[in-house]
Amino acid sequence: MHPFEYVAPTSVEGAVKVLGEHGERARPIAGGTDVLVQLRGGRYELDAIVDVKNIPELMQIRNDSDGLEFGAAVACYQLYEDPGISAEYPGIIDAASLIGGIQIQSRAGLGGNLCNAAPSADGIGPLIVYKAVAKITGPNGSREVAVEDFCTAPGRTVLQRGELVVSISVPKPPKGFGAAYERFIPRNEMDIAVAGVASSVQLDSSGHTFEASRIALASVGPTPILCGYEPGSSGYDDPLAGKSVSEDSIAAAGKLARGSASPINDMRGTIEQRRHLVDVLTRRTIGLAVERARAAL
Amino acid sequence: MTTKTVRNVHVRTTINGQEMEFLVPPYMSLLDALREVVGLTGTKEGCNDGNCGACTVDLDGRIVDSCLVLAPEAEGKEVNTIEGMATPQGLHPLQQAFLEEAALQCGICTPGFLVAAKGLLDNEPDPDEHRIRHWLAGNLCRCTGYDKIVRAVEKAAKA
Repeated sequence: MHPFEYVAPTSVEGAVKVLGEHGERARPIAGGTDVLVQLRGGRYELDAIVDVKNIPELMQIRNDSDGLEFGAAVACYQLYEDPGISAEYPGIIDAASLIGGIQIQSRAGLGGNLCNAAPSADGIGPLIVYKAVAKITGPNGSREVAVEDFCTAPGRTVLQRGELVVSISVPKPPKGFGAAYERFIPRNEMDIAVAGVASSVQLDSSGHTFEASRIALASVGPTPILCGYEPGSSGYDDPLAGKSVSEDSIAAAGKLARGSASPINDMRGTIEQRRHLVDVLTRRTIGLAVERARAAL
Repeated sequence: MTTKTVRNVHVRTTINGQEMEFLVPPYMSLLDALREVVGLTGTKEGCNDGNCGACTVDLDGRIVDSCLVLAPEAEGKEVNTIEGMATPQGLHPLQQAFLEEAALQCGICTPGFLVAAKGLLDNEPDPDEHRIRHWLAGNLCRCTGYDKIVRAVEKAAKA
């Protein structure tokens, strides 16, 4: 492995400076569970690794009436061991508690999951259906990017030279909101999704009509897919808004999601299997999201 | 490819309750530092990519795969390895239960399982079978079929 320096800045500015100096030859790590594996696998070489866990903004968690904001280096366990976050953001917790095993969850987090931009990322779909935003700081200041616009290709993101994701901000879900994430893997634990679906629903006060919804797909395209949305566009074609909560409407959403998927054949699954899984997982996650939404009415 | 050399990093840490200082290349894993620099070879290398859990150590109270921790990250932290489990008075109840239940065959995964299982029992003294299996999903064993390991952890929990 090519020798690299270890840098552990204590401020966002310090990290941005090092990342800017090295460009593609440096990467931040939080858990390191993707970057170190990719380095050893020879996917790329680096001159510097920037450990961002000593930067307070990247490690803090705020959960209040405005919503949830967590630093990009916060590990999965810090989310799912927090009773408040677990109760209020179960769709995000679904993913945080199934990424890797306990050892991985001690280190890996959703910020890294997002920046790694794997097509199969479990954590990105849930963030999309909660309308989460990545807060980014770089040499030219700060900006915010909606999570659905963040990944541009496998392993590629909107981050420019020197830019760092500082935190992920999730708006407080209104009453009648519910979300869920499920994936299919051939094992019980510790595997990469053959297909995954995150769904969120916003129900009216009766709990019988969809006011809004989001369905995000994992492992069935080069990036996570938000159904009914063309990345970078302003339009969004909501698959369920205005429809009554019924088997028929949920089945139609499953078909629509199936059509939105653009999977490939590989060692984990075939195109046909993946399309089928998207249909099934969409119906299941909408069902669970409805259940959760009604419980919160 | 650049040819500049990278300077070693000074790391000060506490390993099994003992303060230690060592010099390592900044790209060295905590696993390699433990085994090759500190001389604690109880922690094993399996896959070296975070799948098998053979290299599990406790880092500030959380179990981690030491192959996916850079040694300099241990600066100022507490590391507990398999070498810290038994005391002069005897084996840790988990070690005793692993022996009694024959929860090992070749033994390469055993230190990782023991450190991982200790991480569970330290925080949850009475886990059910499902919880034990879920907790240990990040540790692979190709010999036992897991049943004996799960039984040993259950036994240690009751001890």
